[in-house]
Amino acid sequence: MAKIKGAVSVNVERCKGCELCVVACPTHVLAMSKQVNAKGYRYAMMANEDACIGCASCGIVCPDGCISVYKVKIEE
Amino acid sequence: MTAQDIIKPENLVYSKPSLLNDNTMHYCPGCSHGVVHKLIAEVIEEMGIMDKTVGVSPVGCAVFAYNYIDIDWQEAAHGRAPAIATAIKRLLPENLVFTYQGDGDLAAIGTAETIHAVNRGDNLAMIFINNAIYGMTGGQMAPTTLEGMKTATCPYGRDPQLNGYHLPITNLVAQLEGARYVTRQSVHTAAAVRKAKAAIRKAFENALCPEKKGASFVEIVSTCNSGWKLSPEKANQWMVENMFKAYPIGDLKNI
Ligand SMILES: Cc1ncc(C[n+]2csc(CCOP(=O)(O)OP(=O)(O)O)c2C)c(N)n1
Ligand code: SF4
Ligand code: SF4
Ligand code: SF4
Ligand SMILES: [Mg+2]
Repeated sequence: MAKIKGAVSVNVERCKGCELCVVACPTHVLAMSKQVNAKGYRYAMMANEDACIGCASCGIVCPDGCISVYKVKIEE
Repeated sequence: MTAQDIIKPENLVYSKPSLLNDNTMHYCPGCSHGVVHKLIAEVIEEMGIMDKTVGVSPVGCAVFAYNYIDIDWQEAAHGRAPAIATAIKRLLPENLVFTYQGDGDLAAIGTAETIHAVNRGDNLAMIFINNAIYGMTGGQMAPTTLEGMKTATCPYGRDPQLNGYHLPITNLVAQLEGARYVTRQSVHTAAAVRKAKAAIRKAFENALCPEKKGASFVEIVSTCNSGWKLSPEKANQWMVENMFKAYPIGDLKNI
């Protein structure tokens, strides 16, 4: 059976740390960093990579367009 | 397979539209304005009309919208965007002309312009960000502020005895002969954002249609987490629980 796997990349310097992407993720992939970016915001990052299904909910709700979403189909 | 293996150009399924440029938007973290800017840029990009679109930006937090979406813009005096847009549309009838306004702009100082521009029935698209507050100036009460809602100028909550009632201007607009498409949407979940995008697309397509006249009006029930003094997440929850009762989501008119 084919399996879908996703991954996201966050534009760390554009992120304002609003956490709306963390709330929107259905599989709890995202968390906020301990470090801050140059603006002083904690930024979103993948904390649980394996759970990402590439649904793009995080990217769609991000007010600042910081998230790019990638998806692959893996044949098993 | 690691994230590094997946993050490759050929696997990209979602990213910021390039029409939304790399300037950092001045909005507070989590502000609805950013999401709606992104949707407008996506729709214009997907319709391929970057060179024939003119936006009219308001006075309010979105005053600098022209810094973020790379199309032609005109900045209007407070509340006057629909009047300016009418003039531009009549001079450039082939172009998409849209306004982008907050509730203080569209439903307070600009109420007359809003009503009359819609009622004249020009092919305008109007995007209305209703966060029930004057965000830019520090969170004062707006006509759209809910009964009981606290703001800087009604710190004990809006009292209808003193301040009257929240103004559902979108319902008034829907009554007008000049209105063709009137809808109320939100951008607090991925599903809601998708619907809001479809509504903006429909409004823009209408506004470019030479055969049928009429204004297309899209209210986005929004948050102002700074003015409301809530986190972005809590502001969305408060909006669902309170704003949606006064401003129910859905189409009001579609002809
Ligand atoms: C003629 C005039 N009157 C008043 C103001 C002050 N003013 C600036 S923005 C604003 C209201 C903004 O509220 P809204 O339109 O809801 O936009 P938001 O910031 O909430 O997005 C007011 C009253 C002004 N700039 N010009
Ligand atoms: S793409 Fe979907 S599953 Fe992956 S992080 Fe974003 S919201 Fe979560
Ligand atoms: S939604 Fe966007 S701005 Fe907000 S924390 Fe996530 S990536 Fe950062
Ligand atoms: S004051 Fe309110 S409307 Fe203005 S940018 Fe901040 S959150 Fe958005
Ligand atoms: Mg407002």
